Amino acid sequence: MPQAARFADPPQAGSPDEVYQAIVWGFRSTRPAGPIRHDRTTRMSGFLRYLRRNKSLVLGSALLLFLALFVIIGHFLVDVEDARALSVRPLQPPSWRYPFGTDRQGRDLLAVMVAGTPLTLRIGFIAGFLGVGIGTVLAFVAAYYRGWADTIIRGIADIGLTVPGLLILIIIAVSIPGGLSVNQMAIVVASLAWLNPTRTIRAQVLSLRERGYVEIARMSGMSGPAIILFELMPNLLPYLAATLVNAVSSAILASIGLEVLGLGPIDAPTLGMTLYWVNFNAAMINGWWWWWTAPTVIIVLVFLGLFFVTVGLDEIANPRLRKSA
Amino acid sequence: MHLIDVVKRCGVFVVIVWLAASLNFFLPKLSGQDPVRTKLLQQAQLGGYVQQGIDEMVKVYEARFGLDRPMWQQYLSYLGDVARLDFNYSIASYPRTVSSMIAEAVPWTVGLLGMTTLLSFVIGTILGALLAWPRAPRWMAWLMPPLWALHAIPFFLLGLILMYVFAFQVPLLPIFGGYSAGARPELTIAFILDVARHAVLPALSIILVATGGWALGMRGMMVTTMGEDYVTFAEGKGLSNLTIFMRYCLRNAILPQVTALALALGQILSGAVLVEVIFGYPGIGALLFQAIRENDHFLIQGIVFTVIVALGLTTLILDLFYPLLDPRISYRRT
Repeated sequence: MPQAARFADPPQAGSPDEVYQAIVWGFRSTRPAGPIRHDRTTRMSGFLRYLRRNKSLVLGSALLLFLALFVIIGHFLVDVEDARALSVRPLQPPSWRYPFGTDRQGRDLLAVMVAGTPLTLRIGFIAGFLGVGIGTVLAFVAAYYRGWADTIIRGIADIGLTVPGLLILIIIAVSIPGGLSVNQMAIVVASLAWLNPTRTIRAQVLSLRERGYVEIARMSGMSGPAIILFELMPNLLPYLAATLVNAVSSAILASIGLEVLGLGPIDAPTLGMTLYWVNFNAAMINGWWWWWTAPTVIIVLVFLGLFFVTVGLDEIANPRLRKSA
Repeated sequence: MHLIDVVKRCGVFVVIVWLAASLNFFLPKLSGQDPVRTKLLQQAQLGGYVQQGIDEMVKVYEARFGLDRPMWQQYLSYLGDVARLDFNYSIASYPRTVSSMIAEAVPWTVGLLGMTTLLSFVIGTILGALLAWPRAPRWMAWLMPPLWALHAIPFFLLGLILMYVFAFQVPLLPIFGGYSAGARPELTIAFILDVARHAVLPALSIILVATGGWALGMRGMMVTTMGEDYVTFAEGKGLSNLTIFMRYCLRNAILPQVTALALALGQILSGAVLVEVIFGYPGIGALLFQAIRENDHFLIQGIVFTVIVALGLTTLILDLFYPLLDPRISYRRT
């Protein structure tokens, strides 16, 4: 328990406990007064040593970093304007001139990937952050104050989660006249993205609020919001990070689902819209394999990266999941 | 099981159904879109010119569909219709009714989804349990990483890849559809085999992805359960490994899995919708895709409502059966 360490010996250098403290309690002093350590380990080397055991986090971050590099370097290698229709000769298989080939409407697929990956990720991040932000506030209010606020919030979240999200998103997207832009789609996806974070964070806060230090804080006269902000929130930071990555992953999945159905921004070169055109033009049967290979590989990399990062963060958040060294 | 809790649970189901119906009704109206007018204008565009009496035509059709009455009247009659499962006529495929189109598509989806969910749940659970058991064969550990990696990607992506490999490159299985073009849907062995052949790829893309998820969850549950005191006690009593595995660990670990199943049904359905779109499988997903493309609002609303009701019903049944699996629960008030 991070709090208990105040009254005990300082943790071993480079151990998971030290790293855990370093991450969670970064803005407080993590070195309580104690015997002087004679080894010269720094916080950074302890962190790196931890990473060697948490291979999931490393793998996931590496995948996401690779995609980020691909996008950044791609912007220099390729003219992003070629991601629009009628830019280049259509239906060219991959060659040195067009490394990913071109599609039927005359888009250079490499340019589409370079331009579209950030768009898809942006939708996911906006929706994920909004969802977790709203969800955190609602979860803390519901779990800390209990009462009728808890009943209402929990009721809405439970009912909302029983319903398949994609269908509600379809109804919303179809009801908005005149198609969606990228940002509008992020808001639409965010409108349902807060349900799952609310429920999971609320469960965590419910278990945390019974801890001793919360009782002491309450008795010492701290106000509710102060307890939430200074006592509960720091303990939940690793869990919030894992929930955030999870929410981003679900948001990207929902947005790609909407786009494949044809409800996305129709002239944006996002990954989902590319798959929509693949389906629309029956690219599979016509043998234009390069058209659907590129977005498929990139989507797989995105999801694998996010998944491994989630698993890695879960391990930080829940010490019981750690494998013994 | 207290009767009052069962009634409360059924009440929640009714509330969900009512909310779904109201959402279906009010959201499109909020945007001010007029589906009849849009459709007529679309047809006029196809024909090349907007003829004289289009406003009168819109009025007549609106009267036919009941769209010219005051809002509360429309809402009440909508609720009454929906309670009788009458979802109005389909705008795009008039004079077919929405209910008949949904009734045609539902058996396909229920068959595909039911079979794949059941198979992936059973296989995944058994696999996960074996992976957590320390005395399982060593080669099992190699199964975990590919399943783990697979379960992160969406269903339809694996469907695309499988379609390319097994239907296009090596023409082993059919590339799309529910049955061969021109086959007569009758209850013969040949037709059933045909349907089965067409269902293999969609089913495989769902099973391969979902199994990993269930295996992962079950493994975690088993690890927690194996650490419990009663398992140590059972080992101390000298019970056989099989008994401890089956009757002490498995039985207790499966309970959260069933809860997870009830919660994941919505996600599985969303994924299956996209798989059906990719494969052209004639289920609810393909129908929904067609409805979206044709701007057929009544069909979209009917499908969404049907799916929500079906899911709510399944979750309700699972919830009511849960105390049979876990005698400790018996619907205590939380």
